[in-house]
Amino acid sequence: MSTAPQDRTTLHVTVTVNAAVEHAFRVFTERFDEIKPREHNLLAVPVERTVLEPRVGGTVYDVGIDGSTCTWARVLAFEPPHRLVISWDISPRWQIEPDPARTSEVEIRFVPESAERTRVDLEHRHLDRHGAGWHGFTDLDTADGWPLYLERFRAAVEKPTPAP
Amino acid sequence: MPVLTADPWYALADPTRRRVFSRVAAGPCSVTQIARGLPVSRPAVSQHLRVLLDAGLVDVHRQGRERFYRPRREGLADLRQELESYWAQTLTTFKDLAEQTYQASTSAEEGAP
Repeated sequence: MSTAPQDRTTLHVTVTVNAAVEHAFRVFTERFDEIKPREHNLLAVPVERTVLEPRVGGTVYDVGIDGSTCTWARVLAFEPPHRLVISWDISPRWQIEPDPARTSEVEIRFVPESAERTRVDLEHRHLDRHGAGWHGFTDLDTADGWPLYLERFRAAVEKPTPAP
Repeated sequence: MPVLTADPWYALADPTRRRVFSRVAAGPCSVTQIARGLPVSRPAVSQHLRVLLDAGLVDVHRQGRERFYRPRREGLADLRQELESYWAQTLTTFKDLAEQTYQASTSAEEGAP
């Protein structure tokens, strides 16, 4: 896992997996339910599952244990096994953003490095479209702030995580 | 995920508070200096600064009888880190699952007659 130097309105996170590109794409899209962190549940009840509809025009939604749903992304590109783009319809305050003009985008690219190895590049871009919350620090010259922080972050994510 | 005592997104959602914050971000300044540049009273500026302090976006230091406010870089990083750690966590879980299931599927093929 690594992070690249980046401007303040885009995030990059990369990971390399020991698996073929077709397999990597399938796991990401078909088993998104299992890989998405559940901390940021926007429903009033615990999430029972998350559904990623595998087609352009589909959505990504959480289903609560009481059957309530929360749709938080739209599928903008679905190109197996290389590319997936979803919108991020969540405001910086972790609420659903109903105005598509104020949402950002997440692109996930699956790049084969060999027959059995795939690099996955995730880019979360146009964060400034969220307005309000983000605006406060896109104004700032944080040239000495972000690189320091990113270095700390890199060190943290590269620490081996104990097996579950 | 860090639990924030006060939500920095909330702190920056108010346009006047954002202007106060932008002024502080431009360089250390006192309440009087901030109020001079904005159509806001000194007590109102103080209230906005209180919210920004609680959210960890600014800190304060005393110089003689004056209190000067300055931006707190770590507070800004927190905002972005939340989103970044979300995706880092997603990709880490994804890597584990993809590799486990890939190994399982390839060893199943190898084991097949």
